[in-house]
Amino acid sequence: MPTRTLTPGGGVTERALVIDPGQRIPGRAAGFPLRREGPAKLTGVAKYTDDLVFPGAWYGITIRSTEARAKLIAIEPDPDVDWSKVVIATAADIPGDNIVASIKDDQPVLVPIGGEIRHHAEPVALLAAPDRETLRRLKGRIKLVTEPLRPVFDPEQSEHVFAHYDVKAGDLALGFAGADLIVEGTYRVGHQEQLYIENNAMIAVPGEDGGIIIHGSLQCPYYVHTALKRALRLTPVQARVIQEETGGGFGGKEEYPSMIALHASLLALKAKRPVRMIYDRHEDISATTKRHPAIVRHRTGVTKDGLLVAQDIEVVMDGGAYCTLTPVVLSRGVLHAGGPYRCPNVRLRGRATRTNTPPNGAFRGFGAPQTEFAAEMQLNRIAERLGMSPAELRRRNVYRLSDTTPTGQVLKESVAGEEVLEQALGASHFERIRERTAREASERRGAGIVPPDPLRSHDRRTANGIGLALAWHGAGFTGSGEVYLASVASVELTADGRLRVLTANTEMGQGTKTVFPQMVANELGVPVDWVEYAPQDTAEVLDSGPTVASRTVMVVGGLVILAARKLKAEVEARHAGVPFHEAFRDDARANGATRIDQQFEPYPGVEFDDATYTGDAYPAFGWAAAVASVEVDLDTAEVFVRDVIAVDDVGKVIHPILCEGQVEGGTLQAVGYATIEEMKLHDGKYLNDRLATYLIPTALDAPHIRAILVEAPFSGAPHGAKGVGELPMDVAAPAVVAAIHDATGVWIHELPATPERILAAMHEPGLIGVMERPS
Amino acid sequence: MPAEPSIDTPRHLFEAYERLAAGPTRPIAGGTDVMVAITGELGPIPKRMLDLSRIEELRGISLEDGSLVLGARTTYTEIRRSALCREHLPALVEAAATIGAAQIQNRGTLGGNIANASPAGDTLPILLAADAVILVGGQRGEREVPADDFFISYRKTALAPDELILHVRFPLPRGRELRFRKVGTRRAQAISKVVMALAWEDFGSTGWTNVRVALGSVAATPIRAHATEAVLDGAHPTPEVADRAAETLAGELQPIDDVRSTADYRRMVSARILHRLLRDAGGW
Repeated sequence: MPTRTLTPGGGVTERALVIDPGQRIPGRAAGFPLRREGPAKLTGVAKYTDDLVFPGAWYGITIRSTEARAKLIAIEPDPDVDWSKVVIATAADIPGDNIVASIKDDQPVLVPIGGEIRHHAEPVALLAAPDRETLRRLKGRIKLVTEPLRPVFDPEQSEHVFAHYDVKAGDLALGFAGADLIVEGTYRVGHQEQLYIENNAMIAVPGEDGGIIIHGSLQCPYYVHTALKRALRLTPVQARVIQEETGGGFGGKEEYPSMIALHASLLALKAKRPVRMIYDRHEDISATTKRHPAIVRHRTGVTKDGLLVAQDIEVVMDGGAYCTLTPVVLSRGVLHAGGPYRCPNVRLRGRATRTNTPPNGAFRGFGAPQTEFAAEMQLNRIAERLGMSPAELRRRNVYRLSDTTPTGQVLKESVAGEEVLEQALGASHFERIRERTAREASERRGAGIVPPDPLRSHDRRTANGIGLALAWHGAGFTGSGEVYLASVASVELTADGRLRVLTANTEMGQGTKTVFPQMVANELGVPVDWVEYAPQDTAEVLDSGPTVASRTVMVVGGLVILAARKLKAEVEARHAGVPFHEAFRDDARANGATRIDQQFEPYPGVEFDDATYTGDAYPAFGWAAAVASVEVDLDTAEVFVRDVIAVDDVGKVIHPILCEGQVEGGTLQAVGYATIEEMKLHDGKYLNDRLATYLIPTALDAPHIRAILVEAPFSGAPHGAKGVGELPMDVAAPAVVAAIHDATGVWIHELPATPERILAAMHEPGLIGVMERPS
Repeated sequence: MPAEPSIDTPRHLFEAYERLAAGPTRPIAGGTDVMVAITGELGPIPKRMLDLSRIEELRGISLEDGSLVLGARTTYTEIRRSALCREHLPALVEAAATIGAAQIQNRGTLGGNIANASPAGDTLPILLAADAVILVGGQRGEREVPADDFFISYRKTALAPDELILHVRFPLPRGRELRFRKVGTRRAQAISKVVMALAWEDFGSTGWTNVRVALGSVAATPIRAHATEAVLDGAHPTPEVADRAAETLAGELQPIDDVRSTADYRRMVSARILHRLLRDAGGW
């Protein structure tokens, strides 16, 4: 495979390896294992939570508030109904703390009498019955007596701050004083729904020991485990969580499953039988978490040569009614807000506030897609003001080896911003196509009809545009997150001679079940089919941390490799001269089981100070570039994204097909975010909370996506991998919106860039204030 | 116990008429609207349902006395595949191809689109623009209702509770041209933001006659834009006429903001796509 050496700096040699598409056939797994759970899913025999049968199980539902904010006075079941055949649970039935354990203890499992309802879909009571029809009949017969309170919907008006950050580097005033041009802009992004194929689903089964066993669709078994222990006052053994086949998560099953598991458990404990809580799509969209909306304000100083000299950025995120993971989402958003660019004088401010809307939470990208959209739009505006190619402006500012980020992190290795940029430019013929679209645009202008009359068709039916974006994504948890987690992953040679990988990391379609055995088999020198992947059951596996933050392959994969190496060394030490694959069965017979529990140890040289928010915010960064080509209908402003070239540096590609799949899926999700995915609200309630009204791209809307994988390894991980799940989500949306500008001449500074917004902008240009410093 | 509706599946129209006369029942053909409403709990589950899927008398596409006649149970897929439809009413084929996606097109029917009477029903502007006549029937007899008189108010039609839609007759006047355009949020499975059909007859020097401009998703029912039609009647599709027609249409429409689009967008885009259709017709 061709390797390329980037400019070395500070005595560190940086190597980026580009996977040569000629070496294998795209779409073929040649040489890499097929997906473990693939055949079961393909043939329909895979069992998702709702497919599981528990004899005697009842069905449970949630009675929710219908007001955005109110005091709960009473819960009044209709006296004309015979309630003896069903079970109602309220806050009074909670044995432990009425808290869904998360970062802050602010979200109740159920609103207690006298408590405050904070959003329109807030759970207040629970109802279980032997059949669904009874539930359908009775759910309207429980009346909530409330006293309305004044709701807050505007995050900028809210006085309740969940979290705030202020990161400073250099001297902002000095930076602006030295600028030849100062550009200001305000950018907005809205909610986005994860829209996993399988809705949230939980079944709670009362245990013989007074505990609860949860079977569910979830990303993080130990998050649910913690929530159960806290609210139900259970011991670690009494609380048991088993992940079932999970049809997608994207962050949407990171935190909310704790809530549903608690609800199902309360009903199961009271009904003394298993209770199934299976959300339908309407409930899932209307009540569960979304991507945080954000408002991002930029003030940027640049020299006439296009060098960034000052960045003053303010981020406001809408947390919704409860804190959930908001502080961490905001933190990542703020830390990525400047984009992958060197700038000596920076201030990054962020705050996330409470509004009376359903809580927002984790979603692929976790704050970064919001702020990096703004950063890329701002850079495009600057390039336009300077009359410079957007590619050249990025080339001049992108981080290189030994550069320092606003937290004072020196980028010592694994810096591939330049590499992904050049790969994307080359593969897309960006500058050549940009010349062509510019020529086409000037021909349209020559006809004297841009912007066209609002009520007339254009003499050209469509316009083509090309757009570029660049992004970075901090690999793994922010700051000291991994140190606090202290994850443990295990590899075991069982007494009966089997090989098992034990982690709490879940398969939700991304490939955990396939790549962990692959990595272990690779270390042990055995066929991949010899390595089993233990079920994600808290009674069987230790806490290797949540399946989030693109950390599974990078962090837990690293632990698994180290554990496998130790196991191999131990076994081979006992059988001098015999390789592991020949020795391990004899070893098990002679010595019984050998299990290696590998705990996370801080990456060498990676240090972060949470108090001052300085240091290595991430052990490494992934780098991504995207070039999007669009066709815009000039009559209707409908946007068709024709193709996207997505270049992603993931450190080390473990499984090319799954890796490309992540890039393609993340790119498509970002295309939806850029163009059509819009949650509309009225009085804090989602208006389009159904599949007929919340639209995501269909197969017909999907662009041709070409994924190019780049490897700039991270030396802290034994395999060099930096994660892939979120990276592509950061970069395609701003590329699409840049392409829309290239086609139409209008900047859309609010996502999604709907035809409504584009057409409105075509008739009122100049929406973003641009201020030039007098020379 | 579960309130599953009792379902009748007659094989002949007269049996269906008997059921309808016997009391309230919800006719169901492809079920692409009824089932969504039930699953989404958008209304009460009907107590009785009348499954039309076995009634062969409601099927078939034929040419009769210069009209194209489509049975109420004709699916969108059948319309797309019909040589007669392609030859005589290609705009309807185009409309059928924009409805839902393959699965919906396989089940959804023309009669169902009419009975459901959604303001966004994609075939309905074609019916209005083509002067289609809807034949309805029941035990009291059969009657023809012009499409123009069929859609009374929001989701309310001229169909009586004891009547079924039997077929739709599209007259095929010589020299008539018919164009269709749908604007949705995405390329499949999208409910219209604006849907338009434009029809005219052109006999040369006298200019266009029998002009029809019909739209969906811009009012409580599918509508015709009469003032705009008046601008185009007797005129040729010149740039000046197109400008005047587009301005008239924008003034005439009173769309609303809703979950799918905005009033401003609908008004502007309706004018622009009419302008486009006129530009294409005029060849300028």
